[in-house]
Amino acid sequence: MSAGAVGRAYPRLEGREKVTGAARYAVEYPVDDVSYGWAVPAAVVRGRITRVDAAPALALPGVLAVVHHGNAARLAPGSDRELWLLQEPVVHYRGQFVAVVVATSLEAAREGARLVGIDYDAGPHSTVLTSDHPGLYRPDHVNPSYPTDTAEGDFDAGYAAAPVRMDATYRTPAYHNNPMEPHATTAQWRDGRLLVHDSNQGASSVQATLADLFELPSESVRVIAEHVGGGFGSKGYAKAAVVLAALAARQVDRPVRLALTRQQLFGPIGYRTPTIQRVRLAADTDGRLTAICHDAISQTSTLHEFAEQTAVYTRSMYAAPHRRTTHRLVRLDVPTPFWMRAPGECPGAYALESAMDELATAVGMDPVELRVRNDAEVDPDQGQPFTSRNLVACLREGARRFGWADRDPTPRARRDGRWLIGTGVAGSSYPARARPSSAAATARADGGFLVRINATDIGTGARTAMWQVAADALGVPPERVEIRIGDSDLPVAPVAGGSMGTSSWSWAVVRACEALREKLRNAPDGVPADGEVTAEVSTEEEVGGQPMLPRYAYGAQFVEVRVDVDTGEVRVNRMLGVFAAGRVVNPTTARSQLIGGMTMGISMALHEEGVLDERYGDWVNHDLATYHITGCADVERIEAHWIDEQDAELNPAGVKGIGEIGIVGAAAAIANAVHHATGVRIRELPIRLDKLLGLSALA
Amino acid sequence: MRPFRYHRPADVAEAVAVLAAEPQAAYLAGGTNLVDLMKLGVQRPDLLVDVTRLPLDAVAELPDGGLRIGATVPNSDLAAHPVVRRDYPVLARALLAAASGQLRNVATTGGNLLQRTRCVYFQDTGKACNKREPGSGCAARHGQNRDLAVLDWSEQCVATHPSDLAVALAALDAVVEVHEAGGARDVPLAALHRSPGEHPERETTLARGALITAVRLPALPAARRSTYLKVRDRASFAFAVGSVAAVLDLDGDVVRDVRLAYGAVAHRPWRAYRAEDELRGRPFSPELAARAADAELAEARPLRHNGFKLPLTRAITVRALTELAEGTPS
Ligand SMILES: Cc1cc2nc3c(=O)[nH]c(=O)nc-3n(C[C@H](O)[C@H](O)[C@H](O)COP(=O)(O)OP(=O)(O)OC[C@H]3O[C@@H](n4cnc5c(N)ncnc54)[C@H](O)[C@@H]3O)c2cc1C
Ligand code: SF4
Repeated sequence: MSAGAVGRAYPRLEGREKVTGAARYAVEYPVDDVSYGWAVPAAVVRGRITRVDAAPALALPGVLAVVHHGNAARLAPGSDRELWLLQEPVVHYRGQFVAVVVATSLEAAREGARLVGIDYDAGPHSTVLTSDHPGLYRPDHVNPSYPTDTAEGDFDAGYAAAPVRMDATYRTPAYHNNPMEPHATTAQWRDGRLLVHDSNQGASSVQATLADLFELPSESVRVIAEHVGGGFGSKGYAKAAVVLAALAARQVDRPVRLALTRQQLFGPIGYRTPTIQRVRLAADTDGRLTAICHDAISQTSTLHEFAEQTAVYTRSMYAAPHRRTTHRLVRLDVPTPFWMRAPGECPGAYALESAMDELATAVGMDPVELRVRNDAEVDPDQGQPFTSRNLVACLREGARRFGWADRDPTPRARRDGRWLIGTGVAGSSYPARARPSSAAATARADGGFLVRINATDIGTGARTAMWQVAADALGVPPERVEIRIGDSDLPVAPVAGGSMGTSSWSWAVVRACEALREKLRNAPDGVPADGEVTAEVSTEEEVGGQPMLPRYAYGAQFVEVRVDVDTGEVRVNRMLGVFAAGRVVNPTTARSQLIGGMTMGISMALHEEGVLDERYGDWVNHDLATYHITGCADVERIEAHWIDEQDAELNPAGVKGIGEIGIVGAAAAIANAVHHATGVRIRELPIRLDKLLGLSALA
Repeated sequence: MRPFRYHRPADVAEAVAVLAAEPQAAYLAGGTNLVDLMKLGVQRPDLLVDVTRLPLDAVAELPDGGLRIGATVPNSDLAAHPVVRRDYPVLARALLAAASGQLRNVATTGGNLLQRTRCVYFQDTGKACNKREPGSGCAARHGQNRDLAVLDWSEQCVATHPSDLAVALAALDAVVEVHEAGGARDVPLAALHRSPGEHPERETTLARGALITAVRLPALPAARRSTYLKVRDRASFAFAVGSVAAVLDLDGDVVRDVRLAYGAVAHRPWRAYRAEDELRGRPFSPELAARAADAELAEARPLRHNGFKLPLTRAITVRALTELAEGTPS
């Protein structure tokens, strides 16, 4: 690739459209004869529907249909039973969608939804995760395909023999993704073909799922997701909205728009599972780890097994001769948990990086030095050298920029008036993976190029990044390149998720551009005046054939907090992250991803919590007035930096992915800083003032 | 959302008459609370009577030195009013600590006082709530009640009143001017909201259809030394988990007069008369302030999740009064 566009800070290509409101989202496309769907949630936690009385809803002017298990089109039972909607009179969790009301106006649909009478035969339920739940079991594997448990050496013996030990249990609550744009779809059937404008993180995968469910050839389904207002993992696969809209549109034989409400996003679209994590660490007196054990408990639903890989982070992060990790699950009468930014790594790092801080105190060692001492050159889990591992570089660079050097480790030693001040650090890592993708590049007679790939830009800047990559691969200024994404008619591509969008898509884009240049080299007359030249590639073989090596991005998070000595209020004075994530394609959008992840980490540490009422089996604070997300006023100073990292074992663009690493470790750094400020260790997130006050710790 | 009609009355008398004639009508001001609750199906009026064009949008200085605030004055305008900032800083601070800039631009004085509780069960028609549906039970009493009352609750309802403005007005001895079908009358703010008792669905002492036309602040020179402290779960845009409005008048170091009101502890803005009694006539000290708060909170009955509100309210009482005594409100 010639040097040029990659590495330069470009504003988002669609930025102007977005801020002027011209960019269209899933339910904003003008469609003739459109109608509106409103999803009806189940009012019991578990049970059977004994009767659906649609009459009062149908009597309302404007209501076209009440779609439910008794009259909906049949779906093929796919692999995800959460999507087998309106097929059976069974309720698996409160809020599960059991009907859709379709009407000629949104208001009528909403009122109709209220009027549908549904009788249930409710059964007993269990919705609260506990460490002694009788239903705890060992899943066959954890997401996506990791072994459930691992063991090297002899943890029990190693732990028992060590001079320094720490043993603590950390808890995280349910977190809800809450993208700005809800899950939303406009669905239209035309001559047996299904067209959906849908808010998702991967139109190719949604296309495949819809084709399976409706038993259609995939060419008969088109999914457009040109602009997506965030997902944070929750739109990684097809979810209820798109299936309900398609079912409803089929029923009324006209286009249907259906958007979930904010309240409906708390559950049926997935959420980060609560976790209970016990971490035990043992070290010798100079801080070298000798034994590590991480036992993680999380929940899944009765519909589908979702096994969060909570302890997987611990397998490769720090070295020790004796190591063990385990995962246990409980099937509860709850919606199925799903991906939320850095699933597994994020909650797991909160526990391990908090435990490392506790160990640093126990050994009497600086927490940065403790991490440096336990750095690993060879992946402790797989036994192979990392393709690149710059954790120590991140820690050192972060410590320098943050001004860590003169830190007094004594808790509660710094005070500024009513505020107790403390600082904390945590490590961070996230796997650098890639998936096969395809892409096409076209040369036009006018000297311009068109690059097509069904990538998705969920607000990250992916469109702009692919455009930069394409320009360099073509060896032309980016102004000559047009990029098209977000449509299943484009070459198939994987989801924007797992921090592997950019690595996977850029790989295919580079290869397509190279193939096009090759074609053009072999066409002495160039592009025909009235035509164009196209090359389309798939990286299936190349990606599949890549050696399995431990590839990870790393980071270090530094935080300074202040805690009000009287009220327990915690505020973040400053937060600084340094990351090693391969090549950075666009510093502007990369910085946004990193500080966005870090901010979400503040939110996780201090603000967010799905509060469940076990009697009703759902989260009672299901709106943004009561489910608090960190706001601008909570982020006083935040900085993200990266170190220059070249890793030839990654992918043609040399990228590692930056969507998730920013959140990993962030909550631990904050919890560690709160401990340093106050001397109080809160091991159950979020760290709210009532916990600090309740412990009378500050008095 | 239930279909509804919309009406713009010509004057106050017509507005009151329409409400008297239409049993399911409601006044619409900024709509920031009412419209949300309509969407949720919690309130289902069939007619909205828009009061925002009535001539109730003035802030006027009164001959006796007090201030008369029209019912439709937006919260942001009131907070920025020079007389409010100078003479009643507690009021400006309370307003600015509430909601967000966008909301304050449309939220009105009258609507703010009559906003409904933020109890999450009240807002969810799928759950039992005596306030929303009398006789259905109170899901919060033994449910998630961290944000709810510690004082003066009943088995029927443990909700709190969410307004910051109302807490400041309670401390200032404000008077609410209302028009009812029977005519105009004044209601002291302290007597506007009711305790939940057996009938949490009855939230105020106003007759149905009563229109708030203005709020009157008495002249209170001491209020120049006043403040509002609000504690919330994030730095901005959150309801109080504890708040205190305080006016302190010292003669040397002796408390000549004091006004204290608490938010987030009860079904109504909580004027802390006992604490005031404890403070009045004594030399001020932080210890005295703490004792005063303890006296006020002696009868508190925390719920399962909100015991922290007692030390919290005590702490902010001490801080607010100490800052006023030292002349350093934060
Ligand atoms: C996300 C969010 C956060 C918020 N945070 C805070 C906060 O931190 N602190 C705080 O104090 N508030 C907060 N609020 C509440 C906000 O202050 C109120 O919604 C607002 O003040 C209500 O005023 P309004 O004019 O919009 O009233 P409306 O919604 O129009 O009306 C509210 C009620 O008052 C009645 N009403 C209105 N005017 C009159 C009148 N003149 N006479 C008789 N009845 C009348 C209406 O019929 C209705 O019942 C928040 C609101 C939201 C949505
Ligand atoms: S506390 Fe009051 S508002 Fe809340 S559920 Fe109980 S009755 Fe309803």
